[in-house]
Amino acid sequence: MGKVFIKPDRWKMYYRQTFREIESLGLNSIGIVIIISIFMGAVITLQTRYNLENPLIPLYLIGLTARDTMLLEFSSTIVGLILAGKVGSNIASEIGHMRITEQIDALEVMGVNSAGYLILPKVTAAVLFNPLLTILSMFVGVFGGWLACISTGALTSTDYIYGIQYWFVPFYITYSVIKTIVFAIIITTVPAYFGYNVKGGALEVGHSSTRGVVTSSILILLFNVILTQLLLAK
Amino acid sequence: MIVAEKISKYFNGERVLHDISVSFEPGKTNLIIGKSGSGKTVLMKSIIGLHIVDNGKILYNDRNFLLMSPKEQRELRKEMGMLFQGSALFDSLTVEENIQFPLDMFSNMSDREKRERVNFCLKRVNLEKANKLFPGELSGGMQKRVAIARAIVLNPRYLFCDEPNSGLDPKTALVIDKLISDITHEYNITTIVNTHDMNSVMEIGEKVVFIHEGRKCWEGNNLQILNSKDEALNDFIFASDFAKRAKQNIDQTSS
Ligand SMILES: Nc1ncnc2c1ncn2[C@@H]1O[C@H](COP(=O)(O)OP(=O)(O)O)[C@@H](O)[C@H]1O
Ligand SMILES: [Mg+2]
Repeated sequence: MGKVFIKPDRWKMYYRQTFREIESLGLNSIGIVIIISIFMGAVITLQTRYNLENPLIPLYLIGLTARDTMLLEFSSTIVGLILAGKVGSNIASEIGHMRITEQIDALEVMGVNSAGYLILPKVTAAVLFNPLLTILSMFVGVFGGWLACISTGALTSTDYIYGIQYWFVPFYITYSVIKTIVFAIIITTVPAYFGYNVKGGALEVGHSSTRGVVTSSILILLFNVILTQLLLAK
Repeated sequence: MIVAEKISKYFNGERVLHDISVSFEPGKTNLIIGKSGSGKTVLMKSIIGLHIVDNGKILYNDRNFLLMSPKEQRELRKEMGMLFQGSALFDSLTVEENIQFPLDMFSNMSDREKRERVNFCLKRVNLEKANKLFPGELSGGMQKRVAIARAIVLNPRYLFCDEPNSGLDPKTALVIDKLISDITHEYNITTIVNTHDMNSVMEIGEKVVFIHEGRKCWEGNNLQILNSKDEALNDFIFASDFAKRAKQNIDQTSS
């Protein structure tokens, strides 16, 4: 796997592939990120509202809770897990298919470093683009919470908007982006590894895709704990 | 000239190639023939270095491939073209992009020169007007031709073809064989073809090596092959009872 991170044979081809991957892995994920973020932002807001029974707690804290949940956990980890499913299975099956149809051998016979050519652009694309998805998810999630407030009347718009600006910790965004970058590396390299090493036929490609998704999801959860301890412990 | 000396290959403890020594000559179509599972693909991929052999030497013009650095190996591979059994075209790229790929990767040509070279190669394999199609939109024979065009686009010195006829009707198969043989002579390439098709052997077998259960059992050319005394080879050539009876008749009349 070390072959992934050596200098590309041709920078021009590497840039071209990276742009293609940004499109196929990144731009194509915007829709799903928007949908889940809106709904999760809405649900988090409503759940916080309906669990809040103590009249002494000010209602604007609901906005703060929704915001911090999105910033700290949802937009990085949950979006990461969803992308591990979507992008990870896509990568493992694409590379696995190329393996069993000898397209990887074809690259090697040409003298191309196949692992580098196929995998490095995916890693680069995800590392560059996933932080944008995370930040998008934060905005959309907070917006989803607001939509829930005004459409159900659970909370006034004023309280919510006051809450989402209250006690804002900018470092939470940095923390989330750092996690996202680590997750982006996991989501691309792990399924690529499983796909690259497939032996057999279509059935094995399917298995490699499943294994790639499960393994990268578990690694995301593990690194979530490790990074949280490293970055947030005081 | 490619020479393999006593190469052996094991998979999970099972021996697939047994001390095979063989040489392949420039400007000729060299055939490796044998039943399915006899080890043709493994032998070819071992010569290219896609499989690492467990024993033996592989010499390209007297330079041992196995002792070269990865960088030297990659340089040598730029002189190789390969036609895979399933064509192995990149299915996310169009016909034209497939053929242009090695040029993009390794040449310093301008875009116009590349386009001209691609069109030249497409014309050489009698496939025009397919430039913008994707591999999935082509017939098996057309895919093979695109794969040949891609294999020759960098003017290779060595051309490897793994079962170029598999999945093709006999007539198309003959066209592909003819194309491979013509290209070999035209550009003085050292060509190695794996096949189990006797038609190909008779048509283009300037040098024929017969592999049986991972061992080299016979070598010669297409003129000698029908008279061979090797039992496994005769069994392979005259597979049907009909052919066996015909062979007996010939043997009787000639003795
Ligand atoms: N990657 C591999 N791993 C294990 N066994 C293999 C592998 N490739 C080929 N074999 C075995 O090697 C033998 C020869 O296969 P192959 O060279 O593909 O035959 P063919 O003459 O039909 O091309 C077969 O028994 C096959 O099962
Ligand atoms: Mg084979």
